[in-house]
Amino acid sequence: MASNLVQITRRGFGETMRRDGWWIPSLLTFLGFSAFIVYSTWAAFQGEHYSFGPYLSPMYSPLIWEAAGQPLSHHSWLGAWPAWLPTYLLVQPITPAILILWAPGGFRFTCYYYRGAYYKAFWADPPACAVGEPRNEYRGEKKFPLILQNVHRYFLYIALLFIVILAYDAIAATQFADGFGIGVGTLVMTINVILLASYTFGCHSLRHLVGGRCDTMSNKPVQHKLWQWVSKLNGKHMLFAWLSLFWVGFTDFYIRMCSMGSFTDYRIF
Amino acid sequence: MKATFSIRRGGSEGGELVDYRTEVTEGMVVLDAVHQIQAESAPDLACRWNCKAGKCGSCSAEINGKPKLMCMTRLDTIDITQPVTIEPMRAFPPIKDLATDVSWNFEVKKRIKKFKPRKPDAEDGTWRMQQSDVDRVQEFRKCIECFLCQDVCHVLRDHNKHAEFAGPRHYVYTAALEMHPLDTENRIDELKNDFGIGYCNITKCCTKVCPEHITITDNAIIPLKERVVDEHFDPLAKLVKLFRKK
Repeated sequence: MASNLVQITRRGFGETMRRDGWWIPSLLTFLGFSAFIVYSTWAAFQGEHYSFGPYLSPMYSPLIWEAAGQPLSHHSWLGAWPAWLPTYLLVQPITPAILILWAPGGFRFTCYYYRGAYYKAFWADPPACAVGEPRNEYRGEKKFPLILQNVHRYFLYIALLFIVILAYDAIAATQFADGFGIGVGTLVMTINVILLASYTFGCHSLRHLVGGRCDTMSNKPVQHKLWQWVSKLNGKHMLFAWLSLFWVGFTDFYIRMCSMGSFTDYRIF
Repeated sequence: MKATFSIRRGGSEGGELVDYRTEVTEGMVVLDAVHQIQAESAPDLACRWNCKAGKCGSCSAEINGKPKLMCMTRLDTIDITQPVTIEPMRAFPPIKDLATDVSWNFEVKKRIKKFKPRKPDAEDGTWRMQQSDVDRVQEFRKCIECFLCQDVCHVLRDHNKHAEFAGPRHYVYTAALEMHPLDTENRIDELKNDFGIGYCNITKCCTKVCPEHITITDNAIIPLKERVVDEHFDPLAKLVKLFRKK
């Protein structure tokens, strides 16, 4: 491809003949992602108010060990925070959330939808379609570091495990001290896992792995059906990416507020 | 009602926007206005067109900064109270006025390995395949080669990577071949090394401008990227393949 080179005139940053509000989607994406990053980082470093009765915040699930200094709850898989694990790394506390959030964080960071969205909103690469860019050099995802985005399917495998765990949490959220029941928090957690599953099961990598990699699917009816289902969800991947992102934050917020006594969790029955 | 159209005039060395005023009526598209301007005041205005039905892919241009087909852009969908800018595609060298040299695309296409079917299924030299297996690639066959996707792609228009990057149109073409149930050729190494699919950072601009509404990014480029991952970036998949071979 070294022959037949085309020379074009490059535009400056933000230069465009577009007259519409091309900057609005990127700005909204920037604000939306920033708000989530700020809130989730803050919540992850708290190490308290992450559970309330049968509810466990999705940002702390799976709760491998109970956070240091917190009373032991039935949510913890391996009991209290072990003595061999430090509670601080320099000035930042290490919490149960810090131990696990790299997995869903990595899944979203390497997600094909998010990539396209944050390249535009945070790197201006490009700021919007047919709008000039700030940099001359461009490496794309062909070279380090963004070539590492190809690890996405490995994060998918972990994300699928998280869906199972969060589904278990939603079922466990019906087990109150006085027996089976459904509270507002149960609904919040159930909606959370449904939205997360809709996002995860619509993943482009999953679409490829369940059948997209085959050129002939007519002789593989199970794979063909799975591919069709994943393709349907994939068509709404952006919608579920945003809904699930918002709802994860809201679920944590709701449980945190209940735990702090700011919200009353009403029982439906 | 009269409207003003700022049309790029000039040759390969440079050009400028020149204003033309012309009468517009209900149902007109941008190409109608350009033809009217040619007839009234600029008979030497160069512009490619052919079918006036959005099927030949000749009248690609940038209207108010957005890559569009002139014949499919109705004037009632754009603001004609201000001058409407009409420019040639930026990702290709201008020849004259609105005409650009898109020959690079045809050169790239020649380099993509051609369709190589398996041995015929029947003695009469014909093949059998299921409709459900070709449904996926039929979407790609809708491409009219207007090159609007190539034009809007920032890898070409802003970074001038024509030497290393094939562009969305050619990924659609490659996907149509790669996913074809009869095809036996492998183009994955070329996609990664020669056609630079790694440069695509999934902005989806190509999908947004496609007049045939081909879901270029989700249905062609990302599945091809995943096939590249299979062969080059997934050690587990390689291991599974190794065991299957044994």
